[in-house]
Amino acid sequence: MSESLDLHLALAETELENPVLPYLRQDRIPHIWCPGCGIGTSVNCFCRALTDSGLDLDKVAIVSGIGCTGRTAGYLNLDSFHTTHGRAIPFATGLKLGNPDLNVVVYSGDGDLFAIGGNHFFHAARRNMDILVICVNNFTYGMTGGQVAPTTPVGPTQTTMPLGNFESPFNLPFIADACGATYVSRWTVYHVRQLAKAMKEALNKKGFRFIEVMSPCPTLYSRRNRLGDGVDQVKYYKENSVIKNGADTKDIGLGYQGEIVVGKFVDRERATWLESMNDHFSKVLGDQFKPYGGKPEGV
Amino acid sequence: MKADPKGVLTGVHFIDGDHAACEGALAAGCRFVAGYPITPSTEIVERFAARIPKVGGVFIQMEDELAASIAIQGGVWAGHKVMNVTSGPGLSLMMEHLGYACMTETPSVWVDVQRGGPSTGLPTLPAQADMMQIKWGSHGDYEIIALSPNSPQECFDLMIKAFNLSEEYRCPVFLMMDEVVGHMTERVEIPAADQIEVTERKWTKKKPKDYKAYETTPEDLVPEMIKAGDGYRVHVTGLTHDERGYPKMDVPTQAQLVTRLLDKIRKNADKLVDVRMDGCEGADVIVVSFGITSRVATAAIETARAQGLKVGHLRLIICWPFPVKLIQDLAKTVKAFVVPELNMGQMVLEVRKAVEGKVKVISVPHPGGTVHEPETILEQIVEAAR
Amino acid sequence: MSAEETTRKGKGTVFVRMEVCKGCSYCIDFCPTHALDFSKEFNQKGYHFPVLNRAEDCTGCDLCGLFCPDFAIFGARWKDLDEKRQKTATPVEP
Ligand SMILES: Cc1ncc(C[n+]2csc(CCOP(=O)(O)OP(=O)(O)O)c2C)c(N)n1
Ligand code: SF4
Ligand code: SF4
Ligand code: SF4
Ligand SMILES: [Mg+2]
Repeated sequence: MSESLDLHLALAETELENPVLPYLRQDRIPHIWCPGCGIGTSVNCFCRALTDSGLDLDKVAIVSGIGCTGRTAGYLNLDSFHTTHGRAIPFATGLKLGNPDLNVVVYSGDGDLFAIGGNHFFHAARRNMDILVICVNNFTYGMTGGQVAPTTPVGPTQTTMPLGNFESPFNLPFIADACGATYVSRWTVYHVRQLAKAMKEALNKKGFRFIEVMSPCPTLYSRRNRLGDGVDQVKYYKENSVIKNGADTKDIGLGYQGEIVVGKFVDRERATWLESMNDHFSKVLGDQFKPYGGKPEGV
Repeated sequence: MKADPKGVLTGVHFIDGDHAACEGALAAGCRFVAGYPITPSTEIVERFAARIPKVGGVFIQMEDELAASIAIQGGVWAGHKVMNVTSGPGLSLMMEHLGYACMTETPSVWVDVQRGGPSTGLPTLPAQADMMQIKWGSHGDYEIIALSPNSPQECFDLMIKAFNLSEEYRCPVFLMMDEVVGHMTERVEIPAADQIEVTERKWTKKKPKDYKAYETTPEDLVPEMIKAGDGYRVHVTGLTHDERGYPKMDVPTQAQLVTRLLDKIRKNADKLVDVRMDGCEGADVIVVSFGITSRVATAAIETARAQGLKVGHLRLIICWPFPVKLIQDLAKTVKAFVVPELNMGQMVLEVRKAVEGKVKVISVPHPGGTVHEPETILEQIVEAAR
Repeated sequence: MSAEETTRKGKGTVFVRMEVCKGCSYCIDFCPTHALDFSKEFNQKGYHFPVLNRAEDCTGCDLCGLFCPDFAIFGARWKDLDEKRQKTATPVEP
């Protein structure tokens, strides 16, 4: 063993814990994600964002759908709900309306949120449901073995597009913007500091907030398409990203290995669904209406 | 625990089954509904949407039944009592989340105002053809409880019972209405709040550090519950999980979990028998009915009795779990069972399974769209008595 | 003098849980000062893990910590560590 290795082992035993460990269900780590998968990096950033947000973590709940990213809920040491494929957003809607004191975060994959779950995304954004949606976009269906996703660019092969994908992908920030999200940003897992900062900022904002996180799936996307390992993808993110805060979301669709526009695109104020409901009923019903705060009676 | 008076519209009303069902839910403590309109169930959520602002709670119309049936479960984990209201096509969309509620032991009431099917079928006309779907329609092995009202009054009463059972067993409980019961207007008496017994959620008294979300004992197969935001940091998943709620996908964990989910209902099947029996003792023929069909059956039975036949009537209030032992006991003394239902022969299969060929079981099927003619049932009673 | 003090070459250092490392090389490739290399050794799962071969270059910026998808590494400044140690120091028995 090298001298430096000796030193590190000694330090590891005597010194601090990794600062993110308290945010994780340590009895469930190591996680299932492949070597070089970017999901873990995004979760790492999310843990830092939780620290920096100053939120009472007992009041933060995380909801995931099904997929590799969907496993995130199971690793975070929060009230955590691993729901069904595509339905994290409606579950989160129920949780948030059931107890408006909770800060509800949806953490899921691109297929989950925009294929099977697309309709829910549109409507939750339209209603300005007060939840934060973090989408790890790896351009594929990781969990099921690399099938084409609604985000797969035109060109690369996927198991169900064996000759290369010919379908046009979604531009996720554009959808979120068009549907009325109050906060929209896109970062890659190369942009760890910006991502952590965006997550923190979004955690402390109200309304339907959306963060797209571009993330490599070496196992089923990049290696299959001869784009190398996770680290090679992250290098590509590094070399091809341009930060354009405030960019018009309609101009920032992602092509295959082309330019990547990252940044914060939308940050606006809009009454949330619950605020609108309370305002409206107060106006119409006057004293007969007590604004809804959420706690079920007798609990 | 007694009902919260805020939700109880004490008095005598002249309302239909849908409205009565909504009042039952409010009386039972339901303060959160996520719904999606579908005939003939819509009036239930319409009334809820109109009533809830003054009672205190939330109604949200979701984008579809997939959303509605999982949003309510989010509501449960936030601490609410919830109901899920639909009819045939919506019920089909909800099947995955029925399984999720069973697997995660999320107490919830599911109302199906049955209409003719398959597919869009007969949107405005009655049927009782979803009885097997609720029992078998979600994938995997699971158990639910189902109640079947035959009047607006029972829509109210059984709704409360459905809520109470869902809390006691932490499973989905179905209120299996049909278009006729839903739209039939009758006298409904709503008692004072202090006359209504409601079952409180099985909240844990344990501290977070001692609490395991799915821990049970051999004597009590129903785990204690918490709600999000109270510091328990639970994990809830539809994957096969251990007693901490963590995914654990191996054969022993699957066996233990699935067995418990089934046993918490099956081992209480005797306790869960709820039937109305009329003249079953000494009867030659027993008509087994449920829901709206029981009212037609009563007419047929009265005529048969007037003709001198010894006919009993067994009406199922709780259809699932099916009262197997009771049917087996009755099979020792009767010649035949007659089973009329607004489907092409669903619950009759359960009767046949129970009697194991020992006596005749006559199905009186109906494709739906209206109720039976009493004569059709009468003919089969006469045939059975022969 | 502890071994650690003799090797305080840079402004900071890293802590590695080598057994949970999956050898993705994120930390190595994105360390701004290129202070890390892969080990020659394998961990029990068969991966090479990072070692601080150029300790003098480590600033303790913790970028490696942020990048690591497996929560296997993090960096810290000696200054912060000393402060922290002072706060948590247990009194030595006389
Ligand atoms: C109703 C339903 N259909 C299909 C599946 C199978 N399935 C599981 S995950 C998944 C796709 C996941 O892709 P994505 O959401 O992008 O997550 P990733 O694994 O890439 O993180 C699919 C199709 C399922 N679990 N449920
Ligand atoms: S399959 Fe892809 S997305 Fe899933 S864990 Fe592996 S690398 Fe990550
Ligand atoms: S702490 Fe910073 S400088 Fe030190 S190894 Fe990690 S990334 Fe490099
Ligand atoms: S980033 Fe983490 S998992 Fe990857 S090589 Fe470095 S320590 Fe290992
Ligand atoms: Mg994906």
